[in-house]
Amino acid sequence: MMDTLAQTDREPATASFLGGELGPGPAWLQSLREQARTRLGEIGFPTTEQEEWRFTNVAPLRQWPLHAAEPSARSISSADIQPFRLAADGYCLVFVDGRFRADLSTLPGRDAGFQAGSLQNNWDSDDARYMQQHLARYTKDETNFFTALNTVSFEDGALVSVPAGAVIEPPVQLLYLAASERPGAAVHARNLIVAHSGSSVKVIETYASLTEASHFTNAVTELALGPGARVEHCKLQNENERAFHIAAVQAVQGRNSHWLSHSIATGARLARNQIQTRLNDEGAEAILNGLYLARGEQLIDHHTVVDHAQPRCESHEFYYGILADRSHGVFNGKIFVRQDAQKTNAKQTNRNLVLSEHALINTKPQLEIFADDVKCTHGATVGQLNDEALFYLRSRGIGAALARRMLVRAFANDAVERITLPQVRAYLDQLLTGLFEGLDTSLSSHDR
Amino acid sequence: MLEIHNLSAGVDGKEILKGLNLSVQAGEVHAIMGPNGSGKSTLAQVLAGRGEYAVTSGSVTFNGVSLLELKPEERARAGVFLAFQYPVEIPGVNSTVFLKAAFNECRKARGEQELDAVEFLALVKKKTKLLELDPALLNRAVNEGFSGGEKKRNEIFQMAVLEPKLAILDETDSGLDIDALKIVSGGVNKLRRPDNATLVITHYQRLLNYIVPDRVHVLVHGQIVKSGGKELALELEQRGYDWLLAGAASNGKP
Repeated sequence: MMDTLAQTDREPATASFLGGELGPGPAWLQSLREQARTRLGEIGFPTTEQEEWRFTNVAPLRQWPLHAAEPSARSISSADIQPFRLAADGYCLVFVDGRFRADLSTLPGRDAGFQAGSLQNNWDSDDARYMQQHLARYTKDETNFFTALNTVSFEDGALVSVPAGAVIEPPVQLLYLAASERPGAAVHARNLIVAHSGSSVKVIETYASLTEASHFTNAVTELALGPGARVEHCKLQNENERAFHIAAVQAVQGRNSHWLSHSIATGARLARNQIQTRLNDEGAEAILNGLYLARGEQLIDHHTVVDHAQPRCESHEFYYGILADRSHGVFNGKIFVRQDAQKTNAKQTNRNLVLSEHALINTKPQLEIFADDVKCTHGATVGQLNDEALFYLRSRGIGAALARRMLVRAFANDAVERITLPQVRAYLDQLLTGLFEGLDTSLSSHDR
Repeated sequence: MLEIHNLSAGVDGKEILKGLNLSVQAGEVHAIMGPNGSGKSTLAQVLAGRGEYAVTSGSVTFNGVSLLELKPEERARAGVFLAFQYPVEIPGVNSTVFLKAAFNECRKARGEQELDAVEFLALVKKKTKLLELDPALLNRAVNEGFSGGEKKRNEIFQMAVLEPKLAILDETDSGLDIDALKIVSGGVNKLRRPDNATLVITHYQRLLNYIVPDRVHVLVHGQIVKSGGKELALELEQRGYDWLLAGAASNGKP
């Protein structure tokens, strides 16, 4: 095809891509997709005029040569994915450019006591019935353009289902790798995690790039926690510096369930994470833990929603941000306490470490409380490295650069320590150490 | 070992040290005494290289090197150690990781082999005994949640590990009960060697019963107004500082 023609074709092609072609699947899924497509038109593509997208400009996506990611031209081997596999003893579902790769995956056997596999491989099976029960039931399709777009267009993703009472010790990793050399490859990834009553499972969701080409990830993960279920969900996003990464994680929690959520965001040119939970029955507890490290021109945005719908639920939210260079961080933390949700205990903390005078953080807590017998606290801080601590370290012989890295690492420490999986902590330790080595932390004064 | 000549320094444009002179030889213990606000802590911070303090004139020579031109970490590697009056709590930085990094940076600077984790832990174990320090503290973040006494003991413990040439103890006795004071000063005394020196900065004479100085200097209004032997400390204990304050105000120089 001639270049000029490709150029003129680009705009409409991109527009139609974002307008949503229906993805594959059986009739029940198609009807969900069509409903979502109707909403797409109603919501419209987000602009910075909208409060929810005020600081996060996704307009550049419309100029991208967006296209559905094609099967990767080069073959991806298990050696390629090895650096991203975090749990040698665990399970791993590998998706390359959105396509499930059974050959690279480690799936649970029949005796593993739970089910994990690709959605596509299951939506025609006997299990489709409960997929119908859960899929697209919890996400806020009606307000979020990208979530609705995902429902319309997703091709595949992971299904993890843990039967009642099952306690799954080895972690389950969902590994999404972008391998396309052609700029603009888009993947709508969709995950469904169902933990039935009294069950327990740990899921690691990883997003990374194998090339330097721009790509667009639009991921949606839904989690349903039955009564007494315990789920640890760790989302690790370290895509390349040209990528746009938009993700929604939506949990719905039953009675006395416990959700431990981590979002560790270090990659992508623009990253937007919506981390949301609905505490839907008494005694449910959610811990939302987050760490974002933005460098260069990166923008990393977290919007969290904790919806206290029922009485006697607890939520503890800790989001820590490190902002270097000319980067931009956004944190918006909503807590709803519904009228019925008496005896709610909700706590939110957002701390930011700003390492450069050109870096920017917009942080906003948003509490909407309709019950009267509740305990809600929130706090946001923005600061720099502590000069006294820096001097103390240096006065013992530790060089200024290393001392600063130690303090930056220390700032991130609480967030890392909240992760119970030692493999993930070890991985992050290495990742953060590497990232901090390249970090310009020189803002702190008194350097001589 | 340490030659301070006509040193003037201040913070935020306010001059605190006003032409201070001091000479310390290897193997000696010098005590700097003086009333509050006389500049004792400023002297300690300036010697350690705290950036907030600006040196306006004078020189400090340490083993033939101009100390004021060195960064704080370079001074530490050259053998200067400040035991802080208020040790800083550093959440998230593990005590052992911190001290091992410091120790190895100092060794590297001296061209010595770095110690690995096992060797370092053996060294640490030995030194914790010297200060009767609970080794469990070293699994915690630097000074975080330590009691006042534990913090001070931890300072001298770090000194024992780093083995400086010149140790500056800034009000190390403040906040210590008598038992802790004995342990801390016992540690300092055991670390005394013919090739190192100690500068003890204190408001009270009490500490000097345990760490016996070779010389005592009285710092008033940023200058040393009187120097003498250890008996001077006792005289100050009895007479206070007032008789020296009057002299300093009229003379300007000792």
